[in-house]
Amino acid sequence: MKRATTIARRELTSYFYSPIAYVAMSVFLLACAFTFWDDFQPGEIAGMRNLFNWMVWLLVSVVPLLSMGLLAQEWASGTIESLMTAPVAETDVVMGKFLGSFVFFLVMLAPTVLYVGILAIYATPRMDFGPIRSGYLGVILVGGLFISIGLFCSSLTRSQIVAAVATAAVLFAITIVPWWASGKLLSQTWVTVLNQTVFKRYTDFSRGIIDSGHLAFFILSTAVFLFLTTKVLESRRWK
Amino acid sequence: MILVRELTKVYGQTLAVDHISFEVPKGQIVGFLGPNGAGKSTTLKILTCYLPPTSGGATVNGFDIFHQSEQVRENLGYLPENVPLYTEMKVTEYLDFRGRLRKMPRIERQRRIDYVLERCWLNPVRHKTIGHLSKGYRQRVGLADALLHNPAVLILDEPTVGLDPAQIRETRKLIKDLAGHHTVVLSTHILPEVEATCDRAIIIAGGKIVAQGSPDELRASRRLTARVLVECRGPRAEVEAALVRVSGVSKVEILDGEAGDSKSLTAALRAKDGYDIREEVARTIIQHGWPLREIRLEHATLEEFFVQVTANQAMARAS
Repeated sequence: MKRATTIARRELTSYFYSPIAYVAMSVFLLACAFTFWDDFQPGEIAGMRNLFNWMVWLLVSVVPLLSMGLLAQEWASGTIESLMTAPVAETDVVMGKFLGSFVFFLVMLAPTVLYVGILAIYATPRMDFGPIRSGYLGVILVGGLFISIGLFCSSLTRSQIVAAVATAAVLFAITIVPWWASGKLLSQTWVTVLNQTVFKRYTDFSRGIIDSGHLAFFILSTAVFLFLTTKVLESRRWK
Repeated sequence: MILVRELTKVYGQTLAVDHISFEVPKGQIVGFLGPNGAGKSTTLKILTCYLPPTSGGATVNGFDIFHQSEQVRENLGYLPENVPLYTEMKVTEYLDFRGRLRKMPRIERQRRIDYVLERCWLNPVRHKTIGHLSKGYRQRVGLADALLHNPAVLILDEPTVGLDPAQIRETRKLIKDLAGHHTVVLSTHILPEVEATCDRAIIIAGGKIVAQGSPDELRASRRLTARVLVECRGPRAEVEAALVRVSGVSKVEILDGEAGDSKSLTAALRAKDGYDIREEVARTIIQHGWPLREIRLEHATLEEFFVQVTANQAMARAS
């Protein structure tokens, strides 16, 4: 675990050296600011449901930028060789990369807590913090899952562009496609299938519902992608 | 210290390493020599546990590379080919990261970092970003990383590629100094490197070991006896006939195109064991009245040996 945190620390520091991370962060925060600005009107509900929904949409395009280099760059530059010939296990590398990226995501998310404060000041008579807490929990879980998917895609290729596009495609398919389909008239089977995806489960969090099934879904699927990434790293041994 | 048994690596259809076995005793510097694509890097990657062998095995420092991979890697410093580094990090920052990965305690880590920075002449650039360093400095950062935890075994894949002549000399000296305390395996396709730094050379071609031994033994093993080169002016056939009659000469070969102008010729003579034929040859040529321009003893080089064995290998493959 100590080795994983060492790798996580390096990963986190390297984000602050890379322009792409700043670009991703600025895009995310600016878009959040505009959404909040739009909603922050007299007479509106003092909640952040709309903002939370937007955050997930933004993450579909921002997470690929954050995750694309995680392993693809190691393959491309060959640093994976010096990394794996140190006494480090594949799980250390995967957990380290994931944690580093996840902490950066939390740092990116942190400034939005400011909006909670602003709402609390202006809400009358009192503000309901419940949906806000569950909404943040939802965003954090979604972020974790998205990063693990991004990490997995990044482990499959040496090209950061390919990793980013693949990640974006997967995230699009599990988030935006179901949203689009939810407005359509579909058979029961399709509705059941689409209810399993990120979009539906996430929406419940932003409405203030913490369903243990949803919780388990996010944590388990994140774990599955981390596990698969470990297997990809190990696969160099099978060739 | 390093024991390799019947090591084989197959990539898809290609046989990269073909049942090689060798041993490296403690404190020795062994040069892994071979043309490009001979299987040098693959063998080193297997020894460092980056790739598993298809069959066969090896122990490094008494630990099995397959079953005790973590212990092997703890006792091993590796400089990969092309020296991959995190370019956005500063030199000390990178070494600190590598030390943490190896779970070195803080005080020891600091002490070792100072030591390797000094040892690899990195002090002037210690606070610079790796991406801004020249090739030579990066190579040294890689070497510093390999030395950081004072490993018993050092594996260096082409440690002097891309360095300028002064740096090459310094690096070779550093590697020589390391012998004794560390067991070193280095790969190279530069022959003088092996002659300059290594106690022993293992020549590999087409995935097989074609020869091994100290540079002197290798020269002796193929009877690469010294040649005497004679340059003089005179009729070709007569010169040849006269030289063959000199006592102690076993073979005369007239080299074409070696001489400076068309009127002179160069003959390469091989002597029988224990004969120094130079004086007799000089006398013979003078007696015949042919102007003698040069007479010189040419020592056999490993280069000749290398070309010979790798050519044999290539011919064996073709047939």
